[in-house]
Amino acid sequence: MSASKISTAGVAGALALAISGAALTTQTAHAADMEKCYGVSEAGKNDCAAGPGTTCAGSSVIDWQGNAWKLVPAGTCESIEVEGGRTGSLKALDRDLP
Amino acid sequence: MRTEWQNDFAAALRNPDATLPPGIRDGRGAPRARRFAVYRNNHFVSLIDALADAYPVVQRLVGDEFFRAMAKVFVATNAPRSPVMLEYGAGFAEFLDEFEPVAQLPYLADVARLEWAWLSSYHAADADGIDATSLTVLLPTQVDVLQLQFHPAAQLVCSRWPILSIWEANVVDEGDGQIKPDAGPESVLLNRPRESVDVRRLPPGGGAFIQQLMNGLNLAAAAALATKARSDFDLPGNLQGLLESGAVIGFSVPGNGATRENCDTGV
Repeated sequence: MSASKISTAGVAGALALAISGAALTTQTAHAADMEKCYGVSEAGKNDCAAGPGTTCAGSSVIDWQGNAWKLVPAGTCESIEVEGGRTGSLKALDRDLP
Repeated sequence: MRTEWQNDFAAALRNPDATLPPGIRDGRGAPRARRFAVYRNNHFVSLIDALADAYPVVQRLVGDEFFRAMAKVFVATNAPRSPVMLEYGAGFAEFLDEFEPVAQLPYLADVARLEWAWLSSYHAADADGIDATSLTVLLPTQVDVLQLQFHPAAQLVCSRWPILSIWEANVVDEGDGQIKPDAGPESVLLNRPRESVDVRRLPPGGGAFIQQLMNGLNLAAAAALATKARSDFDLPGNLQGLLESGAVIGFSVPGNGATRENCDTGV
């Protein structure tokens, strides 16, 4: 065994240490600081971090399209008002569809 | 397949000295180079704007005027490959590597790599990181040959320069803009576990370690290579950071390595 080779026990022990450390910190790390907000993006300016196979970023064709979303600071979505008294929503809307 | 006419049109679009493509005429049937020049100008301006949106820190480092002049050179030789503008700007870092006027800013291309990695991470598909405790079922011998699957949004950028420090100082207007290029190398892991891109500075050897894991090496082999690259490589610390980043979305333990080796030798 060469000097640089890490023993099996070493790697397993390191993983065990890492798991116990990570388990302690990830409990609090998931507080989202952004949320998806529907109905508030201008045409062609929607965000996308959607599932596989989508090409939705920048694909909305009308302003304030109800099924297109934009990321906004968490807690602010429903207070966002756009033209005509329309407000943002945390769920897809059936208004302003192309 | 593009037709010859389309090739002529595209060439004329990028080169102000090119002759007007045949068939470009005004309402009375006369060729109008000036009208085509308006279209050419829009083509350049929109792509320069797209680059400026993608690379705000590079823009801040060289200044608006210089950035736009430099972007124009890039645009002239890099036509969009997709109608989606947020995909425009790939290859800008490689362009900066070769662009003589920025040769005195050797860190600039790597800062561009970091900005592109950020965008790629931001627009990648959603996925869930594994719960670290799910790895506790593994036997020590399985841990050795463990292979990890990475999040679609996981991006690694390694640099000889302190690119994350430079990025942090310039990414928002409130940053002090200070650059200390001699502060040493930095490697950066980006991921988007939820809606926001998580950017973390890796400890010594972390870049080499994660690169090898991304290449499909098993845990023991990646750790050995990282230790070889940096004698102060801290395996538990690096693993913990990696698990916390949410960049690991799955793992596998090869069932029987010996069988695969035999296949490789053609038995």
